[in-house]
Amino acid sequence: MNAPDLASATVSAGTGYNFAYLDEGTKRMIRRAILKAIAIPGYQVPFAAREMPMPYGWGTGGVQVTAAILGAADVLKVIDQGADDTTNAVSIRRFFTATAGIATTTRTAEATVIQTRHRIPEAPLAEGQVLVYQVPIPEPLRFLEPRETETRQLHALAEYGLMHVKLYEDIARHGHIATTYAYPVEVAGRYVMDPSPTPKFDNPKMDDCPALQLFGAGREKRIYAIPPHTRVRSLDFEDHPFRVQSFDRPCALCGAEDVYLDEVVLDDAGGRMFVCSDTDHCETRRADGHTGEAA
Amino acid sequence: MAPPLAHGFADPVHAGQAMFRAAMEALSRPGRIRPLVTALAPPAPLTPELAALALALTDPDTPVWLDAPLRADPAVAGFLRFHTGAPIVAAPAQAAFALIADPARCPAFTDFAPGTPAYPDASATLILAVDTLSDGVGQPFAGPGIRGTARLEAGPLPADWAARWAANHAGFPLGIDCFFVAPGRLAGLPRSARPVDAETLPGSGDSAGSDDSAGSEALPCTSR
Repeated sequence: MNAPDLASATVSAGTGYNFAYLDEGTKRMIRRAILKAIAIPGYQVPFAAREMPMPYGWGTGGVQVTAAILGAADVLKVIDQGADDTTNAVSIRRFFTATAGIATTTRTAEATVIQTRHRIPEAPLAEGQVLVYQVPIPEPLRFLEPRETETRQLHALAEYGLMHVKLYEDIARHGHIATTYAYPVEVAGRYVMDPSPTPKFDNPKMDDCPALQLFGAGREKRIYAIPPHTRVRSLDFEDHPFRVQSFDRPCALCGAEDVYLDEVVLDDAGGRMFVCSDTDHCETRRADGHTGEAA
Repeated sequence: MAPPLAHGFADPVHAGQAMFRAAMEALSRPGRIRPLVTALAPPAPLTPELAALALALTDPDTPVWLDAPLRADPAVAGFLRFHTGAPIVAAPAQAAFALIADPARCPAFTDFAPGTPAYPDASATLILAVDTLSDGVGQPFAGPGIRGTARLEAGPLPADWAARWAANHAGFPLGIDCFFVAPGRLAGLPRSARPVDAETLPGSGDSAGSDDSAGSEALPCTSR
């Protein structure tokens, strides 16, 4: 083995850090957790999350999962609430450009690894892509049962009555299931899982998805996964079936219907517009000649 | 004088990543064979592919168990200890990873750690070096990672392998997970892979429509 070659191959130029920041021992630990997470879909595998050079809540779990799977040939896309151009997305993209020297993109179709905060891209994902979610609180039962020892038992026994009671109380109070984000799902008929705070609009995209979905929670030190083509069912009742949000108007910029829209306040006189939350989807459509009322 | 030690990965960072990524793809798509290319030349009977996965996945945190042929030559344990630092354990039940060069004499799955109901991830991963590995033929499987059904055949395996795997899957979420390696190739079989009776399959192996009907019963619940 030839030391100078090794150094040039693995230490990113100018940073002095190992490829993708994490040391190899940490990557191996995370990789083993990922493999077990894939083998037990929806189960939260504990892992020894490291301190990262960014605060909790900025995607330390997702960043560690991305760092552990990333290779030199990967093309990385990072989105925050669907947008490629927000602070969180830009800083994570720059982090991996600096520490791994990998290519990045904003195009969903060109990416091999997509790290996301709180959205699933509108464009369908393909086989061979990996979607990495940043997760703040991985335990779907946490707000119903604060004790980890108890929630662990509930998962072990597949005892998810509490969650159904919570959804029922929604119906009793509001007449419908009022949970609109972090809407609980049942994975492969066994574990109930928190899909991270994505809008429930995105839940159907998780079902039978051809891409591998990985979830990383840095502060809570948990990794979980949904393998490709896995049944993901949003919890509901026969008389109150799961429904996604609908919007009464198309995107103001690209005219897209059936997409998730963000409200943008335009002035202090009540002016507002609704635009695609997925910036890449909106830009692609506009480049293809689609226009909305405000474009 | 001891013979010189076989080398490890020339580029541990990127080779380790490539091996892991192949393993991740293989486990997340059971029944799909992936290429696994390595230049390692470990002491026989440790195969290059067994060595590649061991170097990529094991370290001082992961007890490793070796089957009888691998234990027979101390050079194998020496190679693994030097490159990974993994403790080599005598009891299969203590192992996080089991390396198996003679899969026909693979110990009973019940000898390995299946995890616990609270921590099903505390379970063993078996890496078996098989002579033959082919997809599209053999036992059909369904479940997470599989669109419809997928077939996988590996050999040689113990005669009661099908019964062992059925029992392993029936214990979900507990159970062991397997990687099969053959020269240049890799396949994964997680505990979630449900063996399907080949007789009941409609027509060819690929029936994507069977997912929904199977979904609710795909994985047995411990309590419902």
